[in-house]
This record gives sequence, structure tokens and C-alpha cells, in this order.
Amino acid sequence: MYKETKSSKAVKWFLIGVSVLFVVLMLLLPLITVITEAFKQGFAVYEKAVTDNYTVKAFWLTLEATALAVVINTVFGLSAAWSLTKFHFRGKKILTTLIDLPVTVSPIIAGLIFLLTFGRQSPIFPLLQDWDVKIVFAVPGIVLATIFVTFPFISRELIPVLEARGNDEEEAAALMGAKGFTIFRKITFPHIKWAFLYGVVLCAARAMGEFGAVSVISGHLRGKTNTLPLHVEILFNEFQYVPAFAVASILVLLAIFILIARSLIEYNGKKKNKVEP
Amino acid sequence: MKRTNRSVIPGFGLTTGITLAILSIVVLIPLASLVVFTAHMSLDEIVATITRDRVLSSFRVSFVTAFVASLINAVMGVVLAWVLVKYSFPLKRLIDGMIELPFALPTAVAGIALTTLTADTGLVGGFFAKFGVKIAFTQAGITVALVFIGIPFVVRAVQPVLEKLDPAYEEAAGVLGASRSRIFWKIVFPEIVPAALTGFGLAFGRCLGEYGSVVFIAGNKPFETEIVPLIIMSELQEYDYASATTIALVMLVASFVTLFLVNLIQTRNTRILKGGA
Amino acid sequence: MNQNFVKSAVAATLLIAGTIGFSACSSSDEQKSESSAKVEKQTLTNVSYDPTRELYANYNEVFAKHWKEKTGKEVEITQSHGGSGKQALEVANGLEADVVTLALEYDVNAVRDAGLIEDGWVKEFPLNSAPYTSTIVFLVRKGNPKNLKDWGDLVKDGIGVITPNPKTSGGARWNYLAAWAWAEKQYNGDEAKVKEFVKKLYKNVLVLASGARGSTTTFIENGQGDVLLAWENEAFLSLKDYPNDYEIVIPSVSILAEPSVAIVDKVVDKRGTRELATEYLNFLYSDEGQHIAAKNHYRPSNKAILDQYKEFDQNVNLIDISYFGGWDKAQSTHFSNGGIFDQIYEKK
Repeated sequence: MYKETKSSKAVKWFLIGVSVLFVVLMLLLPLITVITEAFKQGFAVYEKAVTDNYTVKAFWLTLEATALAVVINTVFGLSAAWSLTKFHFRGKKILTTLIDLPVTVSPIIAGLIFLLTFGRQSPIFPLLQDWDVKIVFAVPGIVLATIFVTFPFISRELIPVLEARGNDEEEAAALMGAKGFTIFRKITFPHIKWAFLYGVVLCAARAMGEFGAVSVISGHLRGKTNTLPLHVEILFNEFQYVPAFAVASILVLLAIFILIARSLIEYNGKKKNKVEP
Repeated sequence: MKRTNRSVIPGFGLTTGITLAILSIVVLIPLASLVVFTAHMSLDEIVATITRDRVLSSFRVSFVTAFVASLINAVMGVVLAWVLVKYSFPLKRLIDGMIELPFALPTAVAGIALTTLTADTGLVGGFFAKFGVKIAFTQAGITVALVFIGIPFVVRAVQPVLEKLDPAYEEAAGVLGASRSRIFWKIVFPEIVPAALTGFGLAFGRCLGEYGSVVFIAGNKPFETEIVPLIIMSELQEYDYASATTIALVMLVASFVTLFLVNLIQTRNTRILKGGA
Repeated sequence: MNQNFVKSAVAATLLIAGTIGFSACSSSDEQKSESSAKVEKQTLTNVSYDPTRELYANYNEVFAKHWKEKTGKEVEITQSHGGSGKQALEVANGLEADVVTLALEYDVNAVRDAGLIEDGWVKEFPLNSAPYTSTIVFLVRKGNPKNLKDWGDLVKDGIGVITPNPKTSGGARWNYLAAWAWAEKQYNGDEAKVKEFVKKLYKNVLVLASGARGSTTTFIENGQGDVLLAWENEAFLSLKDYPNDYEIVIPSVSILAEPSVAIVDKVVDKRGTRELATEYLNFLYSDEGQHIAAKNHYRPSNKAILDQYKEFDQNVNLIDISYFGGWDKAQSTHFSNGGIFDQIYEKK
């Protein structure tokens, strides 16, 4: 770095000040609000809320939906990234846009479309009933909605990295007769490892917190189709203000845990990049 | 699907097959059912539905608040990304780690926490109330919630571009005697504009559809603080599927167009990341 | 089209099907293991609306005991709560409810219209299938600082009113109709004046939350407004939680809200739970059921039991929905698109 002048130092601290103020006001304060409200009536109330049977069931359901969403989106993200960066074909831009679309679709609409596709008004509903498969207002619907809202998270992380790297190494390996999967494992994956993990972390974070879409499709059956965010809403609607925040604090803790994982991944990723540029 | 030019790298059929299959099941078929439902209506009915006064005004509220929030996010996002990349200061890692909090925190929890803070009995709202400014239950409140929801999009879009930006240019310009502000506006700024626009577009799309956090803070008064997703919900409550799906479809088209523009910008952006190739 | 492409597309489809299958099984496995532990365990799903949570949490325990004594079988009852209209919609869309216990007849009719409940359900249980009733009251801050006594006081300048949105909340429709009924009496049915009154009332509304519970939170936790138009039972609950901060004001005219209960015929026939579901709803009318309703601040429909609870003010003039020509008429006149409520909120 070249020498900092006086004015640039002032600019630096001004910008840092603005940033810190913004982060404190917009991000930290809501977080602190959740935690302080959660402990407002002491630890006993808190403990009771988070160990409640319904809370525990909601916790496991949330984890299940998150895990399944991560699995599907991993398969999808890796495939899509490979297909979109290694080959040229017509309609690629449309395809990319369609993959990104779920991020900007209103959660209400996301829930609604699954309701229309698999609910009683759908032409395939009688078929599902004959097979005794329940999708809407049951766990599969929640899983589908969760996959939908986190759909592009992994591929979005991978595509820029792969695009920036180009295809020279893979092409060379292919010319030397390496099999597709070997190329991916030996050459491509080591480079996208950190971006991939980062995508997984983001996907998991968003999956756990999803509220709108899941709320439309869950049916709110206590102990059966309630995820943690829905359980928070239910407690809130029961005037159990403090327990609602207590359960919300579980999600906050999970979020913090994930964000720490994210920083570690990013830190390692950057270190790695420096060693082998 | 046809490739326009053949690549030696294997796996085109495999990855494209997986990509299209999952995309179809999770995104395309459910979205298509929305179109099918709306297709029951004649064009006149569709126009009549979306030009009702309340619907039009909710579109205005949604678009204006989402636009203002994304604008704030674009500016603050660039500042934050700049501060996080260019400067080192205490607690930087912590701030960096917190940027994704809005992804991980359930929107309902965020909405409740923000309402608690910004109501005129709250910590922040109380301060502003002294000056006669109301935040919660006004359009300002909606904007606050949307800024919260949208901030990670811009920061995470701009950050990698700033990191990749070769400091050699800046140094060279500095050595040649260009002033710092000149360096910024002539060299750095043009590079980050596309990234900031991408982030802006994503945040805008996401904010347009946001429901969970906004319903708590909005006040939901017709013609003042009623957002489009809330209108969709109230149409559903009235069992008016046709209207709900029609309005949903308009929102979907808006999302798609936003994203398509974003992807056009991003393609240019990638070229910059690759080093102007 | 290359062969790999087709193969992998099929494989990916199977993967998704597998995921759905897995998540479907993992949840039903749980039920199976539970049912094998106790052989004779039946399940019942009751889809209800927001303010009845405490009521049914209480009632379900007592009913389970009653059912065990009567038949020797265990019963596990799953509750679902939410906005009444939304809940009806979900049942109509395939949420498997054995019984619905909703805020309005109109919402049960929506389930009927989806072909799940047979016509004439209103007569299936006594008293129009309404085992308990409630009414709309004012909740004001302690000492009633703005001196709000009746509906007429709410339209004065500077009064902040909190009520949910009638478009999204069943309860809010009762609030609106109660105000309307008072105004019709006050202005001898002069519709222009009545409309003007209701318009003024909603001009004073500060926050139009999407549900009854949301507006209670706005009033209590966020401290907005001077008066909350609330269900009587919700108002009592708030009073119980904050005895020193609020008081209840009963207006001269209010509405007799009759929450409806019904068996979802299609579902009970498929699941073979008709007997259980019928007993579940009938038991609400028993003395025990009526006392549970009263203890949860719902007015029991059994007059003798109602008289035992002094907290219910019986002097208020309660108007029922037939005054408005039934729900279908009330809905189309007031709340449908372009109805009177929309006219009240015309563009500024």
C-alpha cells in the first residue's frame, strides 16, 4: 500500500464509523433484542421454553428439512455449475435466470405454487391420494418449499469461481483421456472446495430460517409439521412473548454458529488461495 | 438441448440432465401451475384485477419501499464492502461475519424484533419519536425491514470484485500523482458499479416479495402501508384464487425481468473478474 | 438428445422422489412406532383458529380422559391454529382435519363448498353448531384516560383504535359488524350516516394487523393506540396477564359471535374416525365441556352454566348475524372486493 495521506485517514475512519453504526443499528440491535427478550423472565422460563416437547420436535423437523434441502441443492448446484460453465449452449442465459428466480420469488408465492401443484385443486391430487402420499400440509411439502427457497444458493457460489478459472486444465486432462468424474475430483473440486462449503453454509442458514413459504404449506399441525420459525410464530400468537423469543434465540444461536463456520471457511479459503494463486 | 460448439470435457449430458430435471420438478412445474391457474381468466379480468385501486396502490407501496431500501443497501453495501476489504480495524471479522445474519434469522423473528425496536416505545423508535418521526407502522418501517433483508446481497456482490481488483493499478495511479478521489472515481468505481447493480437487483427482487418481516412492522393500512404479498394473502383468505394467482403472476414476471437484467450485468461483470478478457 | 442426458434426468427425478418418500416415511414411522407401543391409539386432528389455543389445549386433555373411560381407547389430538380464513382454505386444499372449529359459519361454508363437508352441517349439532359464543368488547388502558364508553366515543379526534384487517381476519369482521350494528341503531338505519360513522372509525385505526393476535401485540407490547377492539375472551386473557394496566369496557351494542364447529365428512369417512369426531364435538356441549369454555372466557351456550359466571356481562345488547341476513350476504355486502369496506378505504 502506498502512504496514506491525512485526508484519506479521515475518510477511512469516517467510512468505518458509518459502517459500524449501520451494522450496530441494523443487525446487532435486533439480535440483542431477541436475546434480552428471551431472558426477560429469567433462565428457568427460558429453559422450559427451549426444552418443551413441541420445541424439540420442531427443532428436529427443521434440521431434517435443512439437511434434505442441502443434499438436493448440492447435487443440483454441482451439476448446474458444471453444465453452465464447461459448455456453451443456447438458452443458457434463460436457464441461469430461472435458477436464480426462487431467490426473488415472494415466499407467499413459493408456498402457493406448491399448494396449487400438489393440493386438492391439482389434477394429480387423486393420484397422490390413491398412493396414500401426502405432500402438502405434511413434511414433504415443507422439504420441497425449503429446497425451492434455497435453490440457487450453492450453484451461485460455484459458477463465478468456475467461470473465472476457465476450462484449460479440464480440457487438457480430458485430452489426455481422463474420465469425467476423475477430472472433477482431481482437478476441479480442489479449486471450488471453499466456495462449495460456503454455499452449503448459506443454504443451510437460509433453509433453517425460512418462514413465509413453509407457513403457507405446513398446515401448522403442532408436533408434526411445525418448524422452529413457525413455532416462534405460534408462541407469539399465544401471547407467550418471552418463550417465543426464547425459541427464536435457538435460531439465533444456530445462525451465529453457522456464521462462525462461514468465517472459518472463508478464512481458510483465502489462506489457501494465497498459497497457490 | 443442443451445444453450439463441442467441448472436449465430458459430462455434458449427465450434468445438464440432472440440472434440467431438478429445475423442472422444483421450480418450473410448480411455477407453471401458477400460469395454468391464471389462464382461466380472460385478459379483461386480469387487467380488471390488477388495476383495482387497492391493488395498484399496494404495487406502488411495494415498489417504492423496495426501491428506496435497495438504494440504501446499494450505497451502504458498497461502503461496507469497501471498509471490509480495504481497511483493517478491530472487530472487523465480527462485522464481516454478521453480514449474513439476515439470511439466517427467520424473517418473522426479524420483523418482531425490528418492530419492538422501532415502535415509539422502543429503543430506536423512542429516540426518533422525540423529533416526531414515526418508524414502525409507516412506510419508513417497511423500508427498515427491507434494508435488513437486502443488505447481504449488495455486500456479497461487491466484496469479491474489490478483492480481485489489482492494487497495482491504484498504486500506479498513485505514483503518477493522481489524487485518491480521482483514483476512486476513475479506476475503482467503474469496476464495482456492475457488481453493485447486481446486488441492487437481487435485493430489489427479494424485497418486492418479502412478507414475514414486513407484516409485523407495516401497519397494513390500505393505500398507506399495504404491500403486494399482503394483498395476495387477503385474496386467498377470501377464497379468491383467481385474483391471488393473477397478482402473484405479475410479481413473478417482475422478479423474472429484474433477474434477467441482473444476469446480463453479471455476464459483463464476470469478464471484469477474469481480467477484461 | 443424448442417452446420458435422459438417464441422468431420470436419476435426478428418482432422487427427488426418494427425498419426498424419505421425508414422508420418517414422519409416518414415528406415528407407527407410537401406535405399536399402545395398541389402541386413535388420532384426531382439530383445525381451529387463533384465539382458541388455550381452550382446546385444556379441552383435549379432558376429552382424552373422557374417551378412555368411555371406550377404553387412547386418543391423541393434534391441534392447528391460525387465521380462521386461512385455516379453512388449508382444509379445503387438503389439510386432513377430522373436525374444524372456526370463527365463522362462512369459513366452514368454504370447506363445504370444496366438497368436504355435507350440506346442512349447521343443524348437525345443537344451537347452530355453536357450542360457545363470544362478543366484541373494548380493551382500554387503565383508568380509561380517554373516557371511552361506547362506539360513538371511538370516532372522536385523536383517538387511536387498534383492530385487525377484516379482509384477512375473521375476528375483525365481527368487530366491523358490531360497529355497524351500533351505528344502525344510533342513526335509525340511515345508511349514509352509518357508512360515515364506520368510515370515521377506520380513519382512527392506527394499525390494521393481519390477525387478532397481531393487533393485541400491537396494543399491548408495542403500546400503540388508546383502544383495542377485541374478542371478549382475548380481552380477559390480557387482563389476566396485565391486571394493573388495562380494563374492559362493554359497549351498549355488540355482536353475538358464534364460532362454528363441524365434522369434515370426507376425512372422517376415509380415516374411519366419525364416531370419535362426533363425540369430540358433542362433548363440548356437556356440562364439563361448557365449564371449560367458560373458564377460558368463552360464553357457554348453556344458559344455566353461563349464569354461574359473573364475569360475562349479560346486559349488553347482542346482535347476531341473522340481523345482517346471514354470512353469505354480510360477506358480499361488506367485505368482498368493491364491498363497503373497500369503499370506506377509498383512495385519498
